[in-house]
Amino acid sequence: MFEAVAFYLFAFLTIAMFFITVTTSQALYALSALAAGMIFISAFFFILGADFLGAVQIIVYTGAVMALYAFGMMFFDTTREVKEKKGNKFIIVGLATLCAVMIVAIFAAPIVSNNMLSLYPALEGAGNTQTVGLVLFTKYLIPFEVAAIMLLVAMVAGIVLAGKKMDLSLTLLNAEEIEKMDEEINKKVLS
Amino acid sequence: MEKYLYIALFAPLVSSMFSALFTNTPKKQFVGIIASLLIFSAFVSSSILLTHILDGGSIVHVEMMTWMATGNLYIPFGFVVDQISVTMMMVVTLVSTIVHIYSIGYMDHDKGFNRFFAWLSAFVFSMMILVMSDNFAGLFIGWEGVGLCSWGLIGFWFHKEVATWAANEAFIMNRIADLGMLIGIFLIYWNTGSLQYDIAFAAMPALDTATLTWMGIFLFIGAMGKSAQFPLHTWLADAMEGPTPVSALIHAATMVTAGVYLVIRSNELYDLIPHVGLFIASLGAFVALFAASMALVNRDMKRIIAYSTLSQLGYMFAAAGLGAYWVALFHLMAHAFFKALLFLGAGNVMHAMHDELDPFKMGGLKKVMKGTWIMMTIASLALAGIFPFAGFFSKDTILEAAFAEHHMVIYGVLLFTAGLTAFYSFRLVALIFHGEERYKIFGIHPHEAYKFMLIAMSPLLFLAMIAGIFQTPFFEMVEEILGATEYHIHSHATLLIMLVGTQMFVGLAILYAYKKYASWSSVPDGSSVIENSFIYKLLYNQYYIPYGYEEYIVKPYNELSAALWEVDKKVVDASVDGIAGLFYSAGENTRDMQSGNLSTMLKWMVAGTVVLLSLAVVFGLAARYSGEIMSILSGLGV
Amino acid sequence: MEIGLNHYLILSTILFAIGLVGVMRRKNLLLLFFATEILLNSVNIAFAAISHYYGDLTGQMFAFFVIAIAASEIAVGLGLLIVWYKRHGNIDLESMTSMRG
Repeated sequence: MFEAVAFYLFAFLTIAMFFITVTTSQALYALSALAAGMIFISAFFFILGADFLGAVQIIVYTGAVMALYAFGMMFFDTTREVKEKKGNKFIIVGLATLCAVMIVAIFAAPIVSNNMLSLYPALEGAGNTQTVGLVLFTKYLIPFEVAAIMLLVAMVAGIVLAGKKMDLSLTLLNAEEIEKMDEEINKKVLS
Repeated sequence: MEKYLYIALFAPLVSSMFSALFTNTPKKQFVGIIASLLIFSAFVSSSILLTHILDGGSIVHVEMMTWMATGNLYIPFGFVVDQISVTMMMVVTLVSTIVHIYSIGYMDHDKGFNRFFAWLSAFVFSMMILVMSDNFAGLFIGWEGVGLCSWGLIGFWFHKEVATWAANEAFIMNRIADLGMLIGIFLIYWNTGSLQYDIAFAAMPALDTATLTWMGIFLFIGAMGKSAQFPLHTWLADAMEGPTPVSALIHAATMVTAGVYLVIRSNELYDLIPHVGLFIASLGAFVALFAASMALVNRDMKRIIAYSTLSQLGYMFAAAGLGAYWVALFHLMAHAFFKALLFLGAGNVMHAMHDELDPFKMGGLKKVMKGTWIMMTIASLALAGIFPFAGFFSKDTILEAAFAEHHMVIYGVLLFTAGLTAFYSFRLVALIFHGEERYKIFGIHPHEAYKFMLIAMSPLLFLAMIAGIFQTPFFEMVEEILGATEYHIHSHATLLIMLVGTQMFVGLAILYAYKKYASWSSVPDGSSVIENSFIYKLLYNQYYIPYGYEEYIVKPYNELSAALWEVDKKVVDASVDGIAGLFYSAGENTRDMQSGNLSTMLKWMVAGTVVLLSLAVVFGLAARYSGEIMSILSGLGV
Repeated sequence: MEIGLNHYLILSTILFAIGLVGVMRRKNLLLLFFATEILLNSVNIAFAAISHYYGDLTGQMFAFFVIAIAASEIAVGLGLLIVWYKRHGNIDLESMTSMRG
């Protein structure tokens, strides 16, 4: 019973938050609603017994990603209202609804739902985190490593794209040139 | 021995390819020399093969490679050198060599010198394929090849519209006849299962007469086109638009004899259908008389010689039709020599007269062109059949054959034609070389041809004089495969009367011609009584046959083609353009989908996803309920 | 009332549809990214739910990798967005139509 209550509560909240995200005209409201939605989704993960996943969701998504978006919003100065051009509402909503209905139909069909097989059954007695660790570092080791490299690449790309004076490398200059550079900057500042 | 076969066959091809390299460059003397040398090597190989066959050697039969081997059809590239083909090879290579050497001098000032040798050697190659092939398919390839090369050579001076028209006429008439020949070849394959000569002819006696008759008729239709028998004869006279060496090679010695060769090669077939043979002989006799009549009044030197060729072809077909195949082949050989000589001599005269063709505008040339005069006179004597020149032996044997077989009408026609032949040949010689020098009116200064050209023509002169000696050895050589029929007239007295009588008749014709024309003094201008008489006009306009073809066949066909062209434009082109237009407009209209606007594209993406999902649902449902769907559909009667 | 897999799947689908609406509707690129996040999260719920109800950990693994990829995608995406903003001064979708066909 508690599960049902929790499910419906969080479901309602999540849907409401995400709805605000896509419909509001204020960017700040959208950001806040998105962050709230993320938290509520992690609640779902906890209900489903995926503890590790829920924790990761809060840390990565709500923490890091939302912080990124907040910084981005400050940069782009979108705290003001955004101007939206009018698109045809009916097409948009209609298409989305049709899509959703059909996916539900496909997944709820008896054939599909009765024929799903499980490949990696959960172990008895171990908590979720240990189980996740076991599977992640044995069967999914290579995707894990590849994901790590991908994150590294993304980080480097982010720095390069957003950084200033990226063609200047302090470590490659010798001491004299660094002093000369400092003097010029000081001159500019003082004059 | 095989290597000689290959040399004889492929040396002309090498010559043609070599000359073809230089077609776009100005005249290069060595092209002609090398071409002549290569053809000469083919001649030497043919002579070696001839001595081999004469010595009783075995027939050389090679299969170079397989051409088609599909299902039951097996056609190789095979070549055979037997008595018939070696004779033809000799004739072809000898005349070709002489014509090549002659052309070096004749085409001296022509811009297309190199191109000429390319075409000429290609022609020789095609002719060699024709005579050396051992199956009907190879024969047909050579057949088409000589047709093509003769087109290229007749229309050699392509900037003259008359020449291109004549070339097209020759090619188209040949193609019309080739349809008949193809049907004949199909019939042969269908009924005998093979196109190889030996296999096909061996299977023929087992077939019924009707089939054989059709085969023979259709093959002969092909021969009619190539050898310009009535009614497909108009192209031969018009083909004189080409350079004179071409006329000498193609329209005297080789291409037009291809039809005779076909009939001779198919002698085993025609032996089985003597009624078709009689038809061929009658047609041949008719053509002989017909052509000779047109040559009587013609005022174009080369046309007279062309009609003479046509007439002699009629003789050959008459002989072949009567079953005297070896006589036809022998006459073919002898005729090649003296007719080529006549044409080459005419070429000399043309060059001297600055391409003037009307013999009435010449005259008295024997003073300036002694060599040519002697050659043409002797060639005409050979043509007329005067003893002891070559024509006597071949023509008289044909007359004997007709007489001995009791085909008196044919005999009479051929005899009368012999007289006409003598008359018009010497009319030509007398008008050109004797009498007053009428050319002086036109301010022409003639000179003899180059010495080397005369030297090149001399073998032909020699052969025209002595070829009669070869009759007996020739007969012994070919009797094996062409039937050993000697024509014995019952009594020696009849024979003697025939021979002497023929000679006297011919001699009288010659004297009459000399008397009439040797002292001609004026150039006729169309106002004399004779020129306006009905018979003269009829003969001069070639019985109005070309006119008839033009009016009643060519013009209606032209209109039909024009009408169909409209249909082609409006239906075929329109539909193709319509389809293209459809695609183009479809592209134009869907171009707006790529607006560059991310939002729009995202909407399209979702729309596409919806479509795919709906397809998945539909197919899933269909798979799930396929049994019920099938029962519903079968209930509806699908 | 028993919460079954179907409930979670329907929820996931509803959230996915909301995300789609946002993606199609938003003209500001940053807000478009927000809607993309919604899409990814809805898929994560679905994975986790299926994983739970079938006793299979593959779903959770997938959800992990989705989160990792989403994070890196945001990093690079925002970087590109910054470069575009510096060059053009606005991040309005309507002005980015230079790739017309």
